[in-house]
Formats: sequence, C-alpha cells, structure tokens
Amino acid sequence: MSRKIFNVFNVSLLVLAALSCLLPMINILAISMSSSPAVAAGKVTLWPVEFTLQSYKFVVEKPEFMKAFIISVLKVLAGVPVNMLLTILVSYPLSKTRAEFRSRNIYMWFFVVTMIFSGGLVPWYMIISKMHLIDSFWALIIPSAVPVYNVVLLTNFFKSIPKGIEEAALIDGASHWTTMWKIYVPLSSASIATLVLFSIVTHWNSWFEGLILMNSPEKYPLQSYLQTIIVNRDVKLMTMQDARVLAAVSERTSRAAQVFVATIPVLAAYPFLQKYFTTGIVVGAIKE
Amino acid sequence: MVTYPNKRKSFKRDIPLHLMMLPGVIILLIFSYGPMLGLVMAFQNFSPSRGFLHSKWVGLENFRYVLGLPNFWEVIRNTLLISVLKIIGSIVVPVIVTLLLNELRHTGLKRSIQTIVYFPHFLSWIILSGILIDFLSPSEGIINKFMTVFGIEPIYFLGDKFWFPITMILTEIWKEFGYGTIVYLAALTAIDPTLYESAKMDGAGRIKQVWHITMPGLKPTILLMTVLALGTILNAGTNGFEQIFNMYSPQVYKTGDIIDTLVYRLGLGSAQFSVATAIGMIKSIISFVLLTLGYYIARKTSDYQIL
Repeated sequence: MSRKIFNVFNVSLLVLAALSCLLPMINILAISMSSSPAVAAGKVTLWPVEFTLQSYKFVVEKPEFMKAFIISVLKVLAGVPVNMLLTILVSYPLSKTRAEFRSRNIYMWFFVVTMIFSGGLVPWYMIISKMHLIDSFWALIIPSAVPVYNVVLLTNFFKSIPKGIEEAALIDGASHWTTMWKIYVPLSSASIATLVLFSIVTHWNSWFEGLILMNSPEKYPLQSYLQTIIVNRDVKLMTMQDARVLAAVSERTSRAAQVFVATIPVLAAYPFLQKYFTTGIVVGAIKE
Repeated sequence: MVTYPNKRKSFKRDIPLHLMMLPGVIILLIFSYGPMLGLVMAFQNFSPSRGFLHSKWVGLENFRYVLGLPNFWEVIRNTLLISVLKIIGSIVVPVIVTLLLNELRHTGLKRSIQTIVYFPHFLSWIILSGILIDFLSPSEGIINKFMTVFGIEPIYFLGDKFWFPITMILTEIWKEFGYGTIVYLAALTAIDPTLYESAKMDGAGRIKQVWHITMPGLKPTILLMTVLALGTILNAGTNGFEQIFNMYSPQVYKTGDIIDTLVYRLGLGSAQFSVATAIGMIKSIISFVLLTLGYYIARKTSDYQIL
C-alpha cells in the first residue's frame, strides 16, 4: 500500500519537474501564435487565443532577422567542419603513448593550460583586432577553431581503440595519415557524431563573439541579434516599417516568434543529440 | 647526451604527427597564448595608442586600486554566494531526480521525462532570457498572474535586489538538472544488479537498498561533479556570465553583479583596460589553485584522470 502511495507521489513529482521545463516554452509558443490584443489583455497562457501567424510573417519578412539567421547558418556550415577537422587532427597524435610519440605530453599540457588560464577579455579582443578580424565573418570561426574540451573527449576515445588493428595497418605500410582516416575515424563514428552535434549547438548558440567583434549589427549572427532585441530592447534596430506593423503585431508577440524560430534548429537536432548523448557522456564526464 | 641520436631519430619518425598538431597549435598560440602575453597590461597604465611597449609601468598599482574598490568585495561576495548555492542545488536536485526516475517502472514515461528535462541544457541563455523575461515579468508574466490568483503580491524576479540572485540560482538549476540527471543515470548503470538481489534476500527494503547500494554507487560521480564545479566557483555557475549579463540591470548590481560582468563593464564599457585585466588575472590565479586542488582530490578519491 505504501508503495502505491509512493508511486503516485513519485510520478506526480517527476511530471511536475518535466512540466516546469515544458511550460515556459509552450507559453512562449502560445504568445507567438496569438493576436496582439489578446496577448495584451493577458488572455494567453498555454494555448493560442485568436490564432494568427502574423508574428511569424512579420519575423520572416524582417530583413535584419533573416540576415542574422543566414549568418548563423553559414557560421555553423563553416565552423563545424573547421572544428571537427582540427579536433581529429590534434586528437590522433595526442592519443599516442609517449613511446609512440615522444612529445605527446608536452603537447597535452600545451592544450590543457588553455583550459585553465586565459588572458581575459581585453587582451583577447586586442589580439583579434591585431589580426584584422574585427567585423570579419572569420572572427566567428577562427578564434574558436580548436574546441579543447572536445579534443580531450576525442583523445580519450581514440585511446580506447585496440592497438592491434593499428599495428597491423602500420606493418602493412600504412602512414599515420591513412591510419587516422581509415581506422580511427570510422571506428569512432558515434563519438564523432556526438562531437559534431555539440559543435553545431555551440556554434548556433554563441552570441558573445558576434556582439563584441562585429561593429555593425548587420554582421551579427542570430543569437547576437536576439541579444540586442530581446535583452537590451534596442529600439534603434527597429525600422519605420516595423513601427507600422507593430500595431498589428506587438513587440511581445514578435519577440516570442523570434525566440521560437531561433529554437527550431536546436529542436531539429535534438532527436540526434538524444541518440548520441550517452556515448558522448560516457566518453567524457564519467570516464571510469 | 647519449640520448641525442635517439631523440633526433624519434623526431624524424614523428614528423607526420607534429605536422598534424601544427594547425591546432598555431590557432591556440595566437588566440589563447597571445592574450596571456597581454596580461602584462595588468602591471601598466595601458593605453591602446601607446601599446604594450610604451605604456607606463605602474607595478601593483592596479591591484591595489581593485582591492580598494568599494564594490569589488560586494562582487566577490555575490559571485561566491551565487556559485556555492548553484553548486549545492545542481548536485542535490539531479541526484533526487535520478533516484526518483530509477524507481519508475514505466520505461516509456521514464524516457519521456528524461527527454524533456534534458532539453533546456541545449538552449542558449539568450533564448532562455527571452523566455524567462516574459515568463517572470511582474505585469505580464504567467507566474505572477498565477500567484495573484492566490492573492500573492506580484514579485519582480529580475528587478528586485532580494529576488534576483535567487532567480539566477533557481533558473540555472532548472536549466541544468536534466543534464546532471543523465550523468547520474549513466553512473547507475555501472552498479552491479546482483547487489540488489542479495540485499533483497537479506530482507532490505527499498529505502535501505537506495541508502546502502545506490547512494554508495553514485558517490564517486557526485564527488567528481562537486570537485569539477570548484574550478568554476568564480564564474558563478557553468555559464554565469551569459546568464547574468542577459538578465541583470543596474537596480540589481548590489546583489547580482559578479566578477565577469564587472570585468566586462570596466574593460569594454568604461575602457579601464588595465584594471579589468588585473581583476581577470586575480580570478585566473584563484581558479587555477582551486582547480588543481579539486583535481588532486578527485584523483586521490576516485582515480579520475583527465589526461
């Protein structure tokens, strides 16, 4: 009997926890799909009132939003391959033992130190400006080209690959280059898939670089643009035409629609993230 | 010098490996080690027009100035308070949720709950700020509307000195508990199921089993997560800057301003480059000490090895 009471209590508590994660998203979705008078009157909670897609139409037709969206897509398309290529190239030598690669430990420390120390915000900005990357698209790609945390994860995974296969290949005259691409990479496809997804999410979500390193808002990726719209409520980025449409589409509904559109790519990637995360986590967080 | 030819030989053998390292090493040299050289400006009265070579050296003047700032200690206190409560919450909540999930027999429900609670981890603080600013608003927010139904006065969660840090702590726990749960659930799978069988034979109830088998099984992971969190204690959470920067405002500086937001305002806001860098340096050193200590403890207690 007490077991039954516990089960009821347990299920309701867990459902409550899940709802707490779900409700804010549903709320924002409902606001984005409701008419602005209904929203202003406070009638909208979890279901759209006077359903309309006006806010989405407004967002999609808003050139600043679409421009920022495209920059973010390009950032992912350029940034993720660069991240992955450098991660694989670096993780392969680092996964060797000291007997196989004499300088291995020195390199490992070289990487780990960057995880612990940083020069701080101002010197970082100055280096990037010295490299003439300010206002350049590549400022969003190159300074973060080597994700050191991912390197540690992949190195650990590469280490777990049985040496026998590699030795056979090397005896047959395969070079390191061939061994890496033909043996290590295919054998760790699940881990690499995890890292690709993490890298996509990181690139999609990053906003600080865009905000700091781009002088003109037209060059902002989506999250930096949203930062100015949502967080700073920067009215300078609103055009005259916006003001006209705002009568029908309120600031609040359009904000909600923009938040939701920016979430769609993460939602789309989520099933894949779900599929691979255990591998990613087993490799990383609780390697025992 | 006996090893010399050997070294040379191994270098020659390793050339392809060195070449593979090269691109990554160059990027880090420029964008991670480069800024570390810039730390010298903490000892200068740096002005960009003069550069590093011609700016005036002032010794420890900037550090003295920082320690004398009235709001510096306030900021340290805020950072530590927010950090410590976040660390405690983000251990306790996921462990409880893991234990509760573990008692669920219905796998479909179990998986759905896991899927939902893990999701906020993947959203940026920009998106979440957008959602939360609306959700928590005193005039329009659904939470406050709900509370007025019960006759509770609306609370300005993001604009009130008392509520702001609490909101930061709770929203971070809310964002990350799903991720923690996944980690602890993974640790549970490593527990030998026969232990439960034999405990049952010996007449141990559910609570006894949790206390004597599940909890000890989780202990190394709990310890590890705590220790790793120590290294981020001056960041006020895993992404404390991103969270607080996007939700704070001048009226909550007294309780909500943290080291990183102060550095941002001093460095990029009011162009006090040297002072901002000095604070960053103090932070880096303390974090390093804590991280080393934490790593040492983790290694001693759970054989954890990162490298």
